[in-house]
Amino acid sequence: MVTRRRTPTPRPRTRAFGALLLTAAVAVPLAACAPAETGPPVLNWYINPDDGGQAAIAQSCTAAANGAYTITTQVLPRQAASQREQLARRLAANDSSIDIMSLDPPFIPEFAEAGFLAPVPEDVQQKVTQNVVQGAIDGATWKDQLVTVPFWANTQLLWYRKSVVEAAGLDMSKPVTWQQIMDAAQSQDKYLAVQGARAESLTVWVNALIASDGGSIITSQEGGVDSIELGIDSDAGKAAAEIMGEIGTSGLGGPGLPTADETASLSLFQSDKGSFMVNYPFVWPATKASVENGSLDQSVLDDIGWAVYPAVDESKPAAPPYGGINLGISSKGNNVDLAYQAAECIVSPENQTEYFVSNGNPASNTTAFDAPAVSDAFPMASTIRDSLQQAAPRPQTPYYNEISLGIQSTWHPPGADNADTTPAQSQSFILQVLRGERLL
Amino acid sequence: MSTPTTTRTTTTQEQPKTERVRGGYDKQKRAEARLGWLLAGPAFAVMILVTIYPILQAAWQSLYRSRLTAPDDAAFIGLQNYFVILSDPLFYQSLGVTLFITVVTVVVELVLGFALALVMHRAIRGTRGLVRTAILVPYGIITVVSAFAWYYAFASESGYVNNWLSIIPGFDPNLNWFAQTGTSLSVIILSEVWKTTPFVSLLLLAGLSQVPDDLSEAAQVDGAGWWTRMFRITIPIMLPSIMVATIFRALDAFRIFDNVFIMTNGANGTNVLSLLAYNTSIGRLEIGLGSAVSVLLFLCVIIICFTAVKLFRVDLTGVKEES
Repeated sequence: MVTRRRTPTPRPRTRAFGALLLTAAVAVPLAACAPAETGPPVLNWYINPDDGGQAAIAQSCTAAANGAYTITTQVLPRQAASQREQLARRLAANDSSIDIMSLDPPFIPEFAEAGFLAPVPEDVQQKVTQNVVQGAIDGATWKDQLVTVPFWANTQLLWYRKSVVEAAGLDMSKPVTWQQIMDAAQSQDKYLAVQGARAESLTVWVNALIASDGGSIITSQEGGVDSIELGIDSDAGKAAAEIMGEIGTSGLGGPGLPTADETASLSLFQSDKGSFMVNYPFVWPATKASVENGSLDQSVLDDIGWAVYPAVDESKPAAPPYGGINLGISSKGNNVDLAYQAAECIVSPENQTEYFVSNGNPASNTTAFDAPAVSDAFPMASTIRDSLQQAAPRPQTPYYNEISLGIQSTWHPPGADNADTTPAQSQSFILQVLRGERLL
Repeated sequence: MSTPTTTRTTTTQEQPKTERVRGGYDKQKRAEARLGWLLAGPAFAVMILVTIYPILQAAWQSLYRSRLTAPDDAAFIGLQNYFVILSDPLFYQSLGVTLFITVVTVVVELVLGFALALVMHRAIRGTRGLVRTAILVPYGIITVVSAFAWYYAFASESGYVNNWLSIIPGFDPNLNWFAQTGTSLSVIILSEVWKTTPFVSLLLLAGLSQVPDDLSEAAQVDGAGWWTRMFRITIPIMLPSIMVATIFRALDAFRIFDNVFIMTNGANGTNVLSLLAYNTSIGRLEIGLGSAVSVLLFLCVIIICFTAVKLFRVDLTGVKEES
């Protein structure tokens, strides 16, 4: 008979080995988290995804700092709303690893109100606002204080196919209206490339239409969130709904309109059915790249023209969308002074010029537009500068996210927009959401 | 092995021996239970830490008006968040869409999964490994990746599905699948079914292999046809496996997130409860309201669990004995 020997307790060697393993398992990850003890302070710059331009600027500013600091970049998600989510969650948890943040302007008031942004020193304020377009300064300001550093400023242009314009007999040397481009596209049986997807781009469109007609999404926010007043249910809001509704119901936006983002709009514009498109300047280098890699014919590139964003009413100048990125310095970081030094270097006109040329993101500093490299790469640089000067930012409020999502949920799809009902429903819904009475 | 001698001995000393045996049996049972606790205890403790704590925290936070970017404005408001949610049509719309997706996917997956399990079970020895691997491939793909794959396949600008379907007379090749509720939900459900049917089939295959062949053969000798054997022998014996598959999949389907998030992000009336909780807690950073949505989602999950157990009238702890 075989008897089994009992081994009730592990042998000392086994126990020692187990302890060693446990120590290693705990110590190794901790060691990986430990900061480097030598070398200059490391500044973490959380950037929005681009074509490598911000990483290159980080490298050149690190070299220029002569060992005062090192900038490393951390890439945020692609969508602006997701970038805000990640940064807000980290900062609310007092994450000290964030030093510099590339921020989308609409979210700046919320970060400023929450105390996430370190105050901008007086001397830095003066240096970083010299020769900067007013829209970018406005976007970097909250409650009359500059709270971020303007970096690059984006705006949408009206892009058109010269052949379609010629056939329709439209004079593009003068400002045009939405009605004119809709009529021209319809007369030529072409599609109009606009962003109708339920995303931030829809808010950008609604805001530009309302602002172009002299309106404003927020009319007053003096007494905080409970007494916020909106201007969506207004003549400007009705004009916006009329334009969007007509583009949606007439089929002018193409079958892809309810899901069209900026990239889908570009594809539609480049196709045989393309006529007009409202979009950011990235479309120019993107189209050139498509021609260079052989996926698009040179004749398409030659056929593209550009103008300032269309007006809603011919008697009022258009208010093109304003976007871009500002640099926020985290109040939770350990190297606020160094971070401001680094921000000054990042937004220098030379770096903005280089970034404009290499990544297609327009500078907020007007001197960058004078550089020959910019006009070589972007023949429409002067139109971009004009557009930036007359651009209207999206509503500046700590509750921007609710307002934007509320607009997206009530104005989508564009084909369902109705001048009599959409603005009123949208305004009432957003106010209920802001008062905490509705889900979003 | 018993011998006649030992049997006799046992008979003559029956009473004291039975007590001894029972005492030993109880002791052994207690030892087994102790060992069970020792083995499962640490995992149980970790589970309490990582699940019970957040659940309680969410329940507590759901009683507050609390926004992550305005921590100083947090205030206790009792059940107000629940009143807001339960009086909002968006909640019921999201609940309806979630239930619809759950019911359709679970039913379709059970039928398809059963068919696939039969194929895997009956596959001839040489091809069994190949068949099982081929069937399980979709389950090995990350849900976000499969959601993107299905999205791009059906996207009107870049997809190939419209091109394929254009051979059907009357089909509009410019159909934008993600612009209407019905078509959006169809693609979401198709993707979900494609992705998780292998999981159901694997669970059902395990149940199928528990069905003794001799029972089936005996019934066949008695003249029972394929359907009779299936409904009188195979399915009743497999019931615990079917129940496990149904509960797992129903809970999984009820918490659907990835496919909807990638394909429509809740547009065109395709919002689901998980997305609503995510948008409120993470998107809007409204921790109080979002926690309340999560608590309601959790309650729904418990109700599904309870209903499924009652519906199948199978005691999960008795699965071992029954099978």
